[in-house]
Amino acid sequence: MVVQAEQLKGRFQGDPSFEYEYTEINAEDAERLIEDGKEPMIKEEARLVATIEQIDRAVGIIPRGAFVKTPLGSVHENRNFEGLSLTDAKKLSSYFHFTEPVNLKSKTLLEKADLDPSTDFLDSLEHDIPQGSWTVQLEKGGTVVVLRSLLWLGLTFYHVPMTKQYGYIYFGSGEKNLDLPFMM
Amino acid sequence: MSIRQRDVLGQDSDQAPEARQSMYQSYALGLDPYQTREPKPAYQTYVAEEDPYQADECRRGPYQPHEQGYGLYQSGYSPYDDQIPDPKSRTLAIQNAKAYLLKSSTTSGLNLYDHLANMLTKILDEQPTNAVDIIENISKDVKRAQFQKKMDTLRDEHEILPTFEAAEKRKALFLKANGEEDEELEEEIGETPLPNVMETAFYFEQAGIGLSKDESYHIFLALKKLIDVQPIQTCRFWGKILGLEMNYIIAEVQYHEGEEEEETEEEEVIEEVGKGMDEVEDEDEEKEKEDERPKSTYKPPPVIPKEENGTGANKYVYFVCNEPGKPWVKLPPVTPAQIVCARKIKKFFTGRLDAPVVSFPPFPGNEANYLRAQIARISAGTQISPIGFYQFAEEEGDEEEEGGGGRDTYEENPDFQPLSVAEMVDSLSTWVHHVQSILKQGRCVWLNPFQKSEEEEEDEDEEEEKAEEPDELQQETGPPLLTPLSEDEGIQNIPAWTAQPSTNLIPQHAVAVLQSNRWPGAYAFASGKKFDNIYFGWGHKYSPENHTPALPPPVQAEYPSEPEITETRDPTLEEELAFKAAKEAALAAAEEEEDEEDEEEDEEEDD
Repeated sequence: MVVQAEQLKGRFQGDPSFEYEYTEINAEDAERLIEDGKEPMIKEEARLVATIEQIDRAVGIIPRGAFVKTPLGSVHENRNFEGLSLTDAKKLSSYFHFTEPVNLKSKTLLEKADLDPSTDFLDSLEHDIPQGSWTVQLEKGGTVVVLRSLLWLGLTFYHVPMTKQYGYIYFGSGEKNLDLPFMM
Repeated sequence: MSIRQRDVLGQDSDQAPEARQSMYQSYALGLDPYQTREPKPAYQTYVAEEDPYQADECRRGPYQPHEQGYGLYQSGYSPYDDQIPDPKSRTLAIQNAKAYLLKSSTTSGLNLYDHLANMLTKILDEQPTNAVDIIENISKDVKRAQFQKKMDTLRDEHEILPTFEAAEKRKALFLKANGEEDEELEEEIGETPLPNVMETAFYFEQAGIGLSKDESYHIFLALKKLIDVQPIQTCRFWGKILGLEMNYIIAEVQYHEGEEEEETEEEEVIEEVGKGMDEVEDEDEEKEKEDERPKSTYKPPPVIPKEENGTGANKYVYFVCNEPGKPWVKLPPVTPAQIVCARKIKKFFTGRLDAPVVSFPPFPGNEANYLRAQIARISAGTQISPIGFYQFAEEEGDEEEEGGGGRDTYEENPDFQPLSVAEMVDSLSTWVHHVQSILKQGRCVWLNPFQKSEEEEEDEDEEEEKAEEPDELQQETGPPLLTPLSEDEGIQNIPAWTAQPSTNLIPQHAVAVLQSNRWPGAYAFASGKKFDNIYFGWGHKYSPENHTPALPPPVQAEYPSEPEITETRDPTLEEELAFKAAKEAALAAAEEEEDEEDEEEDEEEDD
């Protein structure tokens, strides 16, 4: 479903039962669907769900140490998380993507030796492609660090250093910013 | 039993003195200051004889602290309160266990007894939820705390927190200007150019748009500072543009008339310098006339002059700052070339005004110019007001002179009757643009660049060329001022504006809110007689297609292709023979004609 919805372009309509005509996008798939007996159309609610999943997977982030992995493999919230220090909070390497890691295995042994397997089991932000697709700013006199994603314009992550408060939210049009390499 | 006890203690004394220290250190240095105030749990009283702090504890029950049975049972809790605990083996076992716990570790010098004591104290003090799940972490924290020395010979430098520094910067905002404040207060309260930022913020908040309350208030104070410094007639908070490193807060300002002469002086200076350069170049050219290189036939397209300050795209002056509290910087006026180029590129703002804009086509200017150009485009496209709020000043006869330029001034309508919120939201024809739109040329008023030839030097060649070109340039027209929004084109099938009331549930207090779809981030609200526009965003236009950068122009021809230079195929043998035969035939024919003419002339002469 995500793959199909990724091909839809343009703004959302605001009506969850709005049907996009699938034939315009991919005629072959549509024909195949017709043969199966289904109608070639996607509802906007499917597109919405797919977009949320895409955003979470691509740019959902957490600070380092907020979640721990037990030796048995299960991941849960770190109750003892006291927040990042002020210097750590400004570095991109202290934030991780909250999805299945992709880059971990390709790290060299030297890098892996420095990792702490209970907290460093996710991909960090500093190796994101394209580089520089995150902006880090301090707001409110340096008490809040705000990360904004440039790939999905509107995704904002905040964290108050030395406290347990962090979170991310998305306000936007639900479209990926494919012009990012030109804009940097 | 006492012998054993002493042996146990003797064992302790054999070890390094630190071990013994550790038993009491925790009490002496007050790391566990709770001991004197908490109700005494049982384990604390195990260290019997030498503990000086026990003097403070209340002596409950029938046993004195120094007695062996003391503390085994809390008073009142045990059924055997009035009996001395009997079984020697049990006490012996307890003492053995305690001795084991008191044994200091060979590697770290701590002993388990103290560690457990500290840990349990900490837990009981802090009372975390589900303590059993985080017990290992607490244990680690307690051990780590041992290493912090309380008395360090090096004193920590007094750390200046960044919040303190930031607060210092903003402190200036909150100070009143000294001196003439009291006298001028009465005059100022009447008419001040300061906009009511908090009121606007309130209305936008109804729609979920805006900044946090304290940021709005800081901006309010920063605008007040700006007005105190510059001679400003009207001022408005235009919006906030986000950047990579820092953001921009933008104020739209109009000066009092007559206050803007400083800039023109700078421009004249630049022009004089340019003329000096031209003279130097002429001398060089004379020297080079010996080898004449082919002159380039490329004539760059004429530079379209920018509009005067106070008209068209430069009607307002914009000030920016990165954060309220930082000084306001004035943005330079915008030139048509910059607007034309800004339409072709799409770049993020970094937050530094002097950053270069690296793009293709190359942007003529740095980030300050790019920012100004985007602000001009956004203003021209999205600044709207309810219909009837502004009306044209009543002057006739101006339209003919300008050649169809259109009116560019408006004034407030004193008889404005606000429409209801429902009407404002239902149809887009109740809103009008009150900023002139920018033509393709980059200006608001079209200018033919070839008409201004009186001041420039002319060669004869150029005159002839100019006579041909004005026919090609068509006058560009755009929608006139105060056109309703229903004339705005959408992008593909998306309308240009989305109108909503702020709430459907309480229509009597709703506010009409419009969002622009062409410039995501531009909003406008109207409620009764109040309205305003604002922009919060990254500063780019919306395009459903991906941005395709301009391709480089085709390579110019190096030389004009004339028949002398073009290659042709060499003629073949047959063609040459045929050509020769034809030539000979022509010669023969010519000779015959000459003979005939000679004969005729002879005949005439004879006659």
